[in-house]
Amino acid sequence: MTEAVQTSPKSEIRVARAPTRLGGGLSREAAERLMNLISPVFLIGLWEIAAQVGFIDVRFFPPPSKIFKVMWTMIENGLLVKHVMASLTRLFWGILYGGIPALILGVSMGLYRNLRMIIEPVISATYPIPKSAILPLILLIFGLGEASKIVMVATGVFYPILINSMAGVLEIPKVHFDVSRNFGAGKLQTFRTVALPGALPLIMTGVKLGVGLGLVLIAIAEMVGAKSGLGYMIWNAWEILSVETMYVGLITIAALGLFFTLALNEIERMIVPWRAAR
Amino acid sequence: MTMTTLKENAATADGDIKIKIRNLYKIFQTKKGPFTALENINLDIPTGCFFMIVGPSGCGKTTLLRILAGLDEHTSGTLEIARPAKDRPGNSMVFQGDSLFPWMTVWDNAAYGLSMRGLPRAQIKDVVGHYLNRTGLSKFHDLYPHQLSGGMRQRVSIARCFANDPDILLMDEPFSALDEQNKVLLQEELLRIWEETRKTVMFITHSVDEAVTLGDKIMIMTAHPGKTKIMVDVPFERPRGVLELRARPQYGELVYNIWGYLKDEVQRARALDEGRDS
Repeated sequence: MTEAVQTSPKSEIRVARAPTRLGGGLSREAAERLMNLISPVFLIGLWEIAAQVGFIDVRFFPPPSKIFKVMWTMIENGLLVKHVMASLTRLFWGILYGGIPALILGVSMGLYRNLRMIIEPVISATYPIPKSAILPLILLIFGLGEASKIVMVATGVFYPILINSMAGVLEIPKVHFDVSRNFGAGKLQTFRTVALPGALPLIMTGVKLGVGLGLVLIAIAEMVGAKSGLGYMIWNAWEILSVETMYVGLITIAALGLFFTLALNEIERMIVPWRAAR
Repeated sequence: MTMTTLKENAATADGDIKIKIRNLYKIFQTKKGPFTALENINLDIPTGCFFMIVGPSGCGKTTLLRILAGLDEHTSGTLEIARPAKDRPGNSMVFQGDSLFPWMTVWDNAAYGLSMRGLPRAQIKDVVGHYLNRTGLSKFHDLYPHQLSGGMRQRVSIARCFANDPDILLMDEPFSALDEQNKVLLQEELLRIWEETRKTVMFITHSVDEAVTLGDKIMIMTAHPGKTKIMVDVPFERPRGVLELRARPQYGELVYNIWGYLKDEVQRARALDEGRDS
């Protein structure tokens, strides 16, 4: 391991450590990102072998090679893309409609004690209600169309982002708010220059949790009264007993989950650069 | 009360008063009843004076500074600060410990006050560039605080304070967390930068050495309740060199005398603390 320390004439100026390189010439970051891929690839390999040697019942657990064949046909005829796009569109609007109010309300609740005192009980009381349990109610209110799916995702995304945004602001050392006051920052400037960036690490945690929950909820919501989307695809596969299609849906959701996690980690690296050394 | 000084220094000679405090009290309401943090503080601080406050920990020094900064309110008494130029900020503070925004680069931290005031970009560039240069930080302008040593971070804090161009500089034990060598270096730098403008400074410290090295006037405070024990004038001419000053016999004498006043207070504060614990 090499540590690059640049020393100025005044002897106490230190520059951050250069990225550590592992044996293969990969930077530590690249190696860590590669490690994220090891476990899913290993699991799929194990499954294929177990199915081929008859160790598991292929009626319930068809070999991945067969699943991927079905997947390929579904990609070729455009069916998979259609379902994925339907789900992603709902997910996108759900995250937007749930996430942005949650972010603004959460940061404001962190900033203003009175607002927190008024709203926190409602949040604490409604948070533990399983979001899937309110699907019938949402269907009743918003009907069988797109709106109910988007609302479902939005309610799921709302809580983790709100709670983490609030916690993020509350964790900011008080001295930072003293600085913003002392240097003449107004309310909006304090929001923009202190509360929001200070809470950003925890907000990103909330977004990751929210997106994960959004994927769960969109699949559930699409199983009832939808004619497109991954949830519909899985439910439909069960009705026509096409086990492979069911797995195609599950794998696609898993792949989306992995993709979102990696993408959000990447975004976090870009917008929270000061966290790099922690 | 005895005055240790003989010579009137340049700062007091021009006569006009920058900060005038009369019968100032600060009483906190605690569960155990009212707690007097500051009792009957009376001060006249001339324009351009480097005013030092020394006292045992918990004597209300920081409270007094925060009241001057407008971050806390006093309970009774009057506080007048002469404001000749309304367009410049009244005061800027160097806070104790880490007060830089971890999410901003050195440059953005130093420019904080100016950008909050919405000054033209070119002007911000000139001023911030100047003070980063004076504090030896120009090369490190795009680093984040976590990439800097403690001494560097305090330099940024000082640059941020001076760049804001306030009427009064408030400093709350800015060097207390630094090692001895760094402390001397930063004291010299602070004096050098201060010589450019000779603004009124109120500087809090628990170090008698620091008070004598930097100050024109020293207020020694008692503990519980915090009030003025004695005022001492520092007779040394400016500009000063920190190490040359310390080699002088008068320097040692003055430090020794001040320690005499302070020792009783430190012991009394400790006795009070121990009494409270049992």
